[in-house]
Amino acid sequence: MPTEPPKSVTESQATPKRPNRLGVLGRLFLHSREASILIAGIVLVIYFQSTAPVFLSWSNIANLVVFAATIAIIAAGETMVVITGEMDLSVGMVYALAPFVMYYAQQAGVPYVLAIVLGLGAGAVVGLINGLITVKLQIPSFITTLGTLFMINGFTLTISGGVLVRPEADPLIFAIFGGNFAGFPISQLVWAIVITALFQFILVKTRWGLHTVATGGNLLGAAEVGIKIAQIKIGNFMLCSMLGAFAGILDCFRISSADPLAGGTDYMFRATASAVIGGTLLTGGSGTIIGAFLGAAVLGILSDGFTLSGVSAYTFDMILGAAILITMVINVRLSKLRAAGGGK
Amino acid sequence: MSEEALRTESISKVFGRVTALRDVSIRLMKGEVLGLLGDNGAGKSTLMKILTGFHKPSGGKIFFDGQQIELKSVSHARSLGIEPVYQDLALINEVNVYRNMFLQKELMRNKFFQILDDREMRRLAQQHLKQMRVNIPSVDVEISKLSGGQRQAIAVARSVYANAKVLLLDEPTAAMGVKESAMILDVIRQLKETANVAVIIVAHNYAHVFDVCDRVNLLQNGKITFDRATKETSIDELMNLVLHEMREAREQIQHPGR
Repeated sequence: MPTEPPKSVTESQATPKRPNRLGVLGRLFLHSREASILIAGIVLVIYFQSTAPVFLSWSNIANLVVFAATIAIIAAGETMVVITGEMDLSVGMVYALAPFVMYYAQQAGVPYVLAIVLGLGAGAVVGLINGLITVKLQIPSFITTLGTLFMINGFTLTISGGVLVRPEADPLIFAIFGGNFAGFPISQLVWAIVITALFQFILVKTRWGLHTVATGGNLLGAAEVGIKIAQIKIGNFMLCSMLGAFAGILDCFRISSADPLAGGTDYMFRATASAVIGGTLLTGGSGTIIGAFLGAAVLGILSDGFTLSGVSAYTFDMILGAAILITMVINVRLSKLRAAGGGK
Repeated sequence: MSEEALRTESISKVFGRVTALRDVSIRLMKGEVLGLLGDNGAGKSTLMKILTGFHKPSGGKIFFDGQQIELKSVSHARSLGIEPVYQDLALINEVNVYRNMFLQKELMRNKFFQILDDREMRRLAQQHLKQMRVNIPSVDVEISKLSGGQRQAIAVARSVYANAKVLLLDEPTAAMGVKESAMILDVIRQLKETANVAVIIVAHNYAHVFDVCDRVNLLQNGKITFDRATKETSIDELMNLVLHEMREAREQIQHPGR
């Protein structure tokens, strides 16, 4: 075939030959964002196990799962929003709100399953408001969700009167949403894995995921080809809030109570940190849900491990902050390397 | 071949007190490549934006496929088969080539869950790009790994694949090296042979226009001042016309009121 001239173009300009000084491990890090965080997690586990032998005990792993699973579920939604180039600061407050909506609905005589759906629906409404204000009124989502963060918190405190409530007993519902097996929070772990797998699938294999990446990657271009960018952004805000609501409901069943002061900015920041540590760029257009799951696990391991090693909570925050900064620096370096043609 | 694809009759466009286009009549035949030359501010972009449905003309008529039409929006124009290739190309850097080729027109394995049919999109993209002689390392690479010329070629190929009848290329070789430009011009030449598509190229580079265009129009001060087949004219002739315009402009600056 007479395709000689273009061929030379491709060879000389698109795939510059790089000296292969990275080695197999280096290339693995470069190819898969998840690989680096997985390896970091394994190294941390080995380290903490050597310093505190109870680290891999059954009860400690249960502790770790409780913490990491909740954050991983919230992080899956936050990652979707971040990929569209936006940010949701309010998700931790939805976590606290949803169990109360469910509780009051159930107390009012609504069947349990429907009450749970209403709790998730409250999340969807918050997401819709976040999305509409951000997209239609063109307010930066950082500001929009900062506003709703306070509003939801105030709303939850108002309807609850600031006191804890205990959801009515129902063995089946409690087993499905907050089931323990020999002291191990099995249902929460299963939910976290199912949600991570589902959202990773949505992101990578479906039209919604592709359009989410396109919206965050090139907003103008996505609009030019006809992608409904408003719908994509609003939809992902809704998914994020609903996952926040779901995480709150799961925890409510696990500990058999709903606390109006639970979650909040702490959970939101941890979920965002998980996403970032897992390889999602805050600039949008790129991210991974599995990475966010592993990020949540690493955060959990760090938090749990330092507690076992006797590091105080104050010191822990310093270490956590440094860990986030270091992973960010590594992430930026890696994406520069990838852009230079080292990746796939 | 001699059927008409697109024609404008005395198109004018006024922005407030500025007249961007006075009386523009162009004619584009099916399978033809028309080069639109003109200085900055001559009205090329305005004319293109009218043809893509972005601006509404202040006066004049547009005929498409022999029928008079009124373009309501960019998507209306696209639904008719008038496909613009924007300078920013509307490609997503973080997404691979074949998914970009099908962006917003994705093929799906499952319509209800909207699961993408990557295998089929990959196959068709490969086949189509090969047909158009667009050479890239692989359809699996992300757009960010490609050169400017390859990106332009993919944007053009995508529009053609979307069943474009009229393709509007805005400065396709702008800011490109010699080899890159050559690749794009090859792709455009390929269009003439394989696809029944008419093309308007807005360009600055005379050599590129003469290389691929069947006919050339010169837009000066909001009017078409020259319309001839490239075979019957030369770069020199066009240069003289433009130089002449420049001298007149200079005289007006030096001796206003003449």
